[in-house]
Amino acid sequence: MSGLRFTDEHEWVSVEGDIATVGISDYAQGQLGDLVFVELPDIGRELSVGDEACVVESVKAASEVYAPVSGKVVAVNEDLNDTPALVNEDAMDGGWFFKVKLSDPGEVDTLKDQAAYDEYIEGLG
Amino acid sequence: MTEGGIRNWDSDRVAKCDARGTFVNNASLKRTPLYDLHKELGARLVPFAGYEMPVQYTGVLAEHNHTRDGASLFDVSHMGQAIIDDAAQLERLVTGDIRGLKAGRQLYTLLTNEDGGIIDDLMVTNTGEHLHLVVNAGCKDKDFAHMRRVLDLRELPDRALLALQGPKAAEVMGRLADLPADMVFMTAAEIEVGGVSCFVTRSGYTGEDGFEISVPADQAEALALSMLAHDEVEAAGLGCRDSLRLEAGLCLYGNDIDETTSPVEAGLTWAIGKSRRQSGGFPGDRVILDHLANGVARKRVGLKVLGKAPARAHTEIQDSQGRAVGEITSGGPSPTLGHPVAMGYVETGCAALGTKLNLVVRGRTLAAEVVKMPFVQQRYYRG
Repeated sequence: MSGLRFTDEHEWVSVEGDIATVGISDYAQGQLGDLVFVELPDIGRELSVGDEACVVESVKAASEVYAPVSGKVVAVNEDLNDTPALVNEDAMDGGWFFKVKLSDPGEVDTLKDQAAYDEYIEGLG
Repeated sequence: MTEGGIRNWDSDRVAKCDARGTFVNNASLKRTPLYDLHKELGARLVPFAGYEMPVQYTGVLAEHNHTRDGASLFDVSHMGQAIIDDAAQLERLVTGDIRGLKAGRQLYTLLTNEDGGIIDDLMVTNTGEHLHLVVNAGCKDKDFAHMRRVLDLRELPDRALLALQGPKAAEVMGRLADLPADMVFMTAAEIEVGGVSCFVTRSGYTGEDGFEISVPADQAEALALSMLAHDEVEAAGLGCRDSLRLEAGLCLYGNDIDETTSPVEAGLTWAIGKSRRQSGGFPGDRVILDHLANGVARKRVGLKVLGKAPARAHTEIQDSQGRAVGEITSGGPSPTLGHPVAMGYVETGCAALGTKLNLVVRGRTLAAEVVKMPFVQQRYYRG
């Protein structure tokens, strides 16, 4: 287990076996503001690192969520369809977006760990 | 996450990047007299029309909903306030019946250009002694220069403008001021509010009952604090100001109306003085009177989006055959209604209520339907 990992684009990844759960960080949801809509990927979709995986809509604007790892989408958080606010309320757990079956488990190790991410967002001001 | 998406809302690097991610010098942004108060209240500040303005305090949705339930206090001091005396000259620049505007009354009107387009929309109030104007922040330099060609105009940079809006606004104002009994929607009075001498109009940009209060800049913070001391009142930012006015079907200059849209296309014929719909006497009157007499090729309509995804400005509108028939000019969620709404221009043939249209969002078509505006019923106080 590599523990929680983060991208510079504020996605988080949590791995169990070869299944990775992906969400956006609490910092990200705070920056976005209230979410009103989330567009999740189709189950079965093959994602490569950096692909646009989801779209989140705040009151004012749309933003992309990128795939932090490569793999096939095996589950999505249906709760976000009715309650996009879950992402604001619980970004790190209940507000998860999708799960992928990793095609390259080594990718996760290249991402920032919690300490590195905390330092990174502190540097953003 | 899109870097641009995060950077837009990066509160501690206020104004390091403007809304398009362009690097902007902090020092070049102006501040209203309530800036310190905004910081104290924990506002997220963003650049807007050259000012550092609060976009939200606790959250856009909470502030939006509170405005429809209680009373929200907005700082709109960035808007341009001015005094003029020459009603006749002003009337030659706008569509409204300025000379007929009685003392203590306010109207909404449009500055037009020679092509029949709209230079700005503004509020004009007859104070009894002068005409008091409120123009959009982003247009004030343009508007004042335009007006100064034919009349004397005194800007009021030392006055702040607060807006108290919501069903509880009148109750709160009643505790702070001796509200005249006949102070209905679109009327004005010079009254003491919380002990401060103010110029107040009963109007706003939310569709709710409310007041806009012009106050000397050095007393603005004290007045704001005295309003916020009431349980019913919460501070609200520009974020929900936009979602509220959208629900109210009100135009945003630069989005829904601009120099290329005629008042008739925009559905703002009511802002043209009745007799002036025949006599004209404003720039572009030939074009506008022709639109009134012979119709227009496109119209601003309200759209109910049938689904959950918002459709925003510049979204293409298609008819049921997939033919492009227009474009959205404003759109977003409607917290009050629970579904997205939008306004935009469509070919007149597609403007009838109930017309089914498609919106092209991220390569997919979303279903929508033409509906009446306002989307949320306006609750102005008419006595």
